[in-house]
Amino acid sequence: MLVTDDPLPVADALSWAVLPRCGAVVTFCGTVRDHSEGRDGVEHLHYECYEEHASARLADVLADARRRWPVLGRVALLHRTGHLDLGEVSVVVVASSPHRAEAFEAARHCIDTLKATVPIWKRETWSGGSDWASCSREITEVSDAPR
Amino acid sequence: MALLRLLGPARDAAGTARADVPGATVGEVLDHARARFGDRFATVLEHSATWLNGGPAALDESVGEDDEVAVLPPVSGG
Repeated sequence: MLVTDDPLPVADALSWAVLPRCGAVVTFCGTVRDHSEGRDGVEHLHYECYEEHASARLADVLADARRRWPVLGRVALLHRTGHLDLGEVSVVVVASSPHRAEAFEAARHCIDTLKATVPIWKRETWSGGSDWASCSREITEVSDAPR
Repeated sequence: MALLRLLGPARDAAGTARADVPGATVGEVLDHARARFGDRFATVLEHSATWLNGGPAALDESVGEDDEVAVLPPVSGG
């Protein structure tokens, strides 16, 4: 897992997840969109995190996925911080498994859990101003993620 | 005197990312922070989680010199 100000290495993560025993690799990329709730004309985003603990939380999400789907091959969780323009990749989840069902389920679980449990905040700049994201949620523990 | 970390919208509201704040418990540290940083910060704090040294904290937990209390507003990663 990785939290970085640099562009996320999507292709490298995908290659890394390919294993001889795995016939499925699912990749999810979150990208910067031009609108959010009540805000048209989003121009760019700025992400910041609680540096000392964001990576540890990503590790918790990863360990939780491995407990739930022991068959998983490799799992990568990457989150970008700093300034991001439209279309840039803000988050990446890659999961490999012998068959596709577990890879899809684990990747979905990881992105949902990451969004609820990792201390990261997004500030939006749009045509009408700049403010913190209105679509936010109280941070929860990885152990509280729905089954 | 614990180190108080203020993240995201809490940092904006307080005007600083970190501060040494007195208090023998998490709750006392937050009380001092409310008094120091004002109403806008107090409003953000109402909707925030509080961590002690990287995990969820109860208000009655003791804090000392080496402890880090953090105010975490609702998150928006992804």
